[in-house]
Amino acid sequence: MNFSISLTVNGVKRDVDLEDPRVTLLDLLRERLDLTGTKKGCDRGQCGACTVLVDGRRINSCMGLAISHDGADILTIEGVARGDQLHPVQAAFIAHDGLQCGFCTPGQIMSAIGLIGEAQAGTDPERVREGMSGNLCRCGAYAGITEAVLEATTNLAQTDQRRSA
Amino acid sequence: MKNFDYIRPTTISDAVAAAAEPGAAYLAAGTNLLDLMKGGVSRPDRLVDVTRLPGLDRIEHLPNGGIRIGALVRNADLAHDVEFARAYPAIAEALLSGASVQLRNAATVGGNLLQLTRCAYFYDTASACNKRQPGAGCDARDGENRLHAVLGWSEACIATHPSDFCVPLVALNAVVEIEGRSGRREIALDALHRLPGDAPERENALEPGDLIVALSLPAEAHGFSAHARYLKVRERTSYAFAVVSVAAALRFEDGAIREARLALGGVAAKPWRAAEAEEMLTGCRPDSEAFRIAARAALAGAKPSGDNAFKIELAERIIVRALTSAAAGTPARIAALPASPFSTVSGALHDA
Repeated sequence: MNFSISLTVNGVKRDVDLEDPRVTLLDLLRERLDLTGTKKGCDRGQCGACTVLVDGRRINSCMGLAISHDGADILTIEGVARGDQLHPVQAAFIAHDGLQCGFCTPGQIMSAIGLIGEAQAGTDPERVREGMSGNLCRCGAYAGITEAVLEATTNLAQTDQRRSA
Repeated sequence: MKNFDYIRPTTISDAVAAAAEPGAAYLAAGTNLLDLMKGGVSRPDRLVDVTRLPGLDRIEHLPNGGIRIGALVRNADLAHDVEFARAYPAIAEALLSGASVQLRNAATVGGNLLQLTRCAYFYDTASACNKRQPGAGCDARDGENRLHAVLGWSEACIATHPSDFCVPLVALNAVVEIEGRSGRREIALDALHRLPGDAPERENALEPGDLIVALSLPAEAHGFSAHARYLKVRERTSYAFAVVSVAAALRFEDGAIREARLALGGVAAKPWRAAEAEEMLTGCRPDSEAFRIAARAALAGAKPSGDNAFKIELAERIIVRALTSAAAGTPARIAALPASPFSTVSGALHDA
């Protein structure tokens, strides 16, 4: 059985033919669309390395079938910077050493962008840690990650204020 | 993963007809099913994707004062629905204590009810498991079983039901709405999940093709909103299944408990309603002695199924703590660490 699906990935419409329904959204991004920034860690929904935004919400792309996401709007790590200008969350991860080996970082950054958009954690470090608990970092860069998310939250809020002023 | 046919019906009746065939399974977000399929534990021949079925993603306030939650409402959306969280704070807290945000953003109400045990021997296809392969035996009995059931287990199976969401739901008399081949019916959530007995492979009361379309709570359920908590002991503070969890909800009249609701998670193959303990609390003043007596009653029938005798005392203690916290009043905002016994919210009793 062949299936044709259509997705918007980082603002670009992509039509894909799937010859096998078993392809996960993660494998579609990495193997078919060559977007290898999204990482495959555990492939079982436990580590968060595969986090992307689907219709604005962060999910584990390893735990969804590509075919179920027909019509979805996907944002991956490749789509967050504007040219050479890093996304505020990316810049904050560099400023605060929110990484060591970097393997979990795309997932951490996508998760942080999702977290800030959800507006549930604010600038409470404990709520940030809880909201980021779906992203494991085996290098243990958690302290820097939390600081980066807090700073990016503040920076994005100030940008929003300037825009609305 | 074994290959499968994939279909995405657009009506509930088409979905029921397609899923009634042998070897078929419903797929919603897939956060549990795909995991099981990747491990070769579930091997469906056909997946019936229900995520595009119309009308199942709504939260409706019913004329009788109850609430009806569509089966495709996402866990995160339900927990953050302001009106819902205010009326049913213990349910919102339970939802937010489960899994991670990524999983809660995807996972559905119906799927949460039907998730399978996380018993490692069920997941390991090289181990004997009566639930996965009837008659094969149970390697958990002589294995690593400190997190297994202490209530309602059988020689055939000592697995626990992993849901947090279901624990306050069963305490508040939630009802499951099911569409099947012979039409629509309702059953109490308490009657959905089965204890293992000698047929642990039969998880629940659903028949082939049965689709959970909604969950509802009766009007009286929000009468507990001022005094409701969910507490969950985990082996790490976040993103872990319960070792033991408790939903406690109280309604007061003239300073005495008029009605109590109590249910346990992580202790049995189903969310465990402690009805006798509830009755013992009725009419009592909310003091630690009454809570301790009720906690002992809730665990009176418990026995270890392995290296897990500690769970019995742990459950008693967490019941006392949850009742104490509920009596002190529902916190104005859900704690930064939802359901954590380490939270510093009002009424927390750290030495129970």
